[in-house]
Amino acid sequence: MTSTMELYQLLPKTNCKECGKTSCMAFAAGLMAREFMPDDCPPLKNDPKYKESYEKISGMFSTTEGATETGLIVHEELCFGCGNCVVACPVNVANDPYGAGSGKAPQKVEKLILIIEDGIVKAQNVEECRRFGKNKILCNGCIVTCPVEAIEFV
Amino acid sequence: MEGNHNICTGCGLLCDDIEVELEKEIVNKVYTACRVGVAHMKEGSREASFLVDGKPVDEPAAIEKAAEILKNAKNPLIFGLGTSTNEAQKKAIELAKKLNATLDDTSSFCLGPVVEALLQEKFKTCTLDDVRHKGDVMVFWGADPSDSHPRHLSKFSYFPRGEQKQRGWEEERTAIAIDIRKSHTAKICGNYFFQIPPGGDAEFINALIDGVSGKLPKTSYGYPPKKLLELANILKGAKFGTIFMGLGLLYSLENLDPIIRLVEVLNEKAKGEFHLIPMVGHYNMRGFNQNLFAETGYVNSVKFENGEAKHGPEYSTVEALKAKTVDAALIIGSDPLASLPRSIAKNLLDIPIISIDPCETLTSKKAKVYFGNAISGVECGGTATRMDGVEVSFNPIIETKRPSDEEILTKLTEAL
Ligand code: SF4
Ligand code: SF4
Ligand code: SF4
Ligand code: SF4
Repeated sequence: MTSTMELYQLLPKTNCKECGKTSCMAFAAGLMAREFMPDDCPPLKNDPKYKESYEKISGMFSTTEGATETGLIVHEELCFGCGNCVVACPVNVANDPYGAGSGKAPQKVEKLILIIEDGIVKAQNVEECRRFGKNKILCNGCIVTCPVEAIEFV
Repeated sequence: MEGNHNICTGCGLLCDDIEVELEKEIVNKVYTACRVGVAHMKEGSREASFLVDGKPVDEPAAIEKAAEILKNAKNPLIFGLGTSTNEAQKKAIELAKKLNATLDDTSSFCLGPVVEALLQEKFKTCTLDDVRHKGDVMVFWGADPSDSHPRHLSKFSYFPRGEQKQRGWEEERTAIAIDIRKSHTAKICGNYFFQIPPGGDAEFINALIDGVSGKLPKTSYGYPPKKLLELANILKGAKFGTIFMGLGLLYSLENLDPIIRLVEVLNEKAKGEFHLIPMVGHYNMRGFNQNLFAETGYVNSVKFENGEAKHGPEYSTVEALKAKTVDAALIIGSDPLASLPRSIAKNLLDIPIISIDPCETLTSKKAKVYFGNAISGVECGGTATRMDGVEVSFNPIIETKRPSDEEILTKLTEAL
């Protein structure tokens, strides 16, 4: 998985503040949290001398194949629908304690991040995932509970 | 069951929370079931099929031929029934009585001995709902539910919140795997995976009993005593512990005494209570065991004679075929030609076979008479007994022209 440091290395590192952030480091953290896209750094986008870095970063952010906008990838061929991730995901538990959180069929499908459809996990509402957004934490609920490593974040 | 949910008969868990979308009487989308369950539910909806000597016939002709075979047999074998409803199983028991037949299911070479000991109340057991609501220590021993019962951990035994388990699995539950290899379930158990050498289970149990009793636990294969003590202490500290016993453990033990003793000792020494649940695989194998037990006092391997049941290993499918004591076979929802060792299965080819199976199998292809019946739980309803003894009833999900095994067995009984 990409780290803030890695992203920072690819930025202009001039702290010009054009992006609205006080430093390139802060912008990199913003990128990590998906609050910004690479295009939000004008020098990176427009200055030919950063062309290579710009392409590299853009590559990292162009939605990876099959990935949701938050970077969650389900390897469908591995998943066998055991539902461990669905029941363990703290957001699912908080939003549907008596359905998904209790190991049962969802009662509030529309509020869940992970559901099982046709025997395979499906991600939705990914913006709710604790790994992203302003107050992100390094949640790994759906990763450590999967017997076959079918969920990955890129 | 809540709302209009369906039951999945894909394995012994009988999940009761499955939502199904139909399109033109075909299962189109399935929610919440695992992949095994989805495949099972999407299998249905084919034309009726009756074959005699591989040629299509109508149902009465198939019944007539099957009845003739059974009438002419001196000691027919009735076998299978792990994926039949309680109602069909009871019909089969009735038929076996009438025919003085040998009756057995797959449990005689599977978890039958454990279910038998359970019904004889030789150890304490509980339901999966108890485990979900109260369980704090769960031991998967020689069992890999992640493969055999995919939703076991998510629906009952590890991840879900329960009445007395509101804070979640990370804080309130400890899942332990004891196995000879790192199974998928063992992987989830992380540091609580205890790998033992093949055949090392009995010694490991004795060492654990020592550990729980305050003695130094020792094994001939030098399992680190420190790790054994660590495990013994977790078990001892359990308020509501459960051992899920799989085939791996059963096959490695000469008899059940050690594991029964461990459960006993844990109930004496542990803080709370300890239970044992056999990991029954087929959706209604436990039902067959219970139904036969209620009727005869035995769970499998019986031979009826004038309404009385005799019991012994010689009446198990394997031994009866080996000794060639049976002269016809009625096989319901099982494929012994594929699952039994070749040396035994080949004896089946010497006697006429009647196969009742929703799918074409090796056994059905070699059968004199074949009935393609409805898939139980998908195309026909009834009741079944979940792996933990809870009775579950279900309605068909889709319609079919195929008869159920219960109907076929009823017609066969009438034709005799
Ligand atoms: S606009 Fe780009 S170069 Fe300027 S501070 Fe932001 S990240 Fe750094
Ligand atoms: S990372 Fe955490 S919050 Fe996000 S989907 Fe996985 S378990 Fe849920
Ligand atoms: S835990 Fe893994 S295998 Fe199970 S449903 Fe989730 S992604 Fe699929
Ligand atoms: S775990 Fe078993 S009963 Fe539950 S959905 Fe899967 S196959 Fe069906």
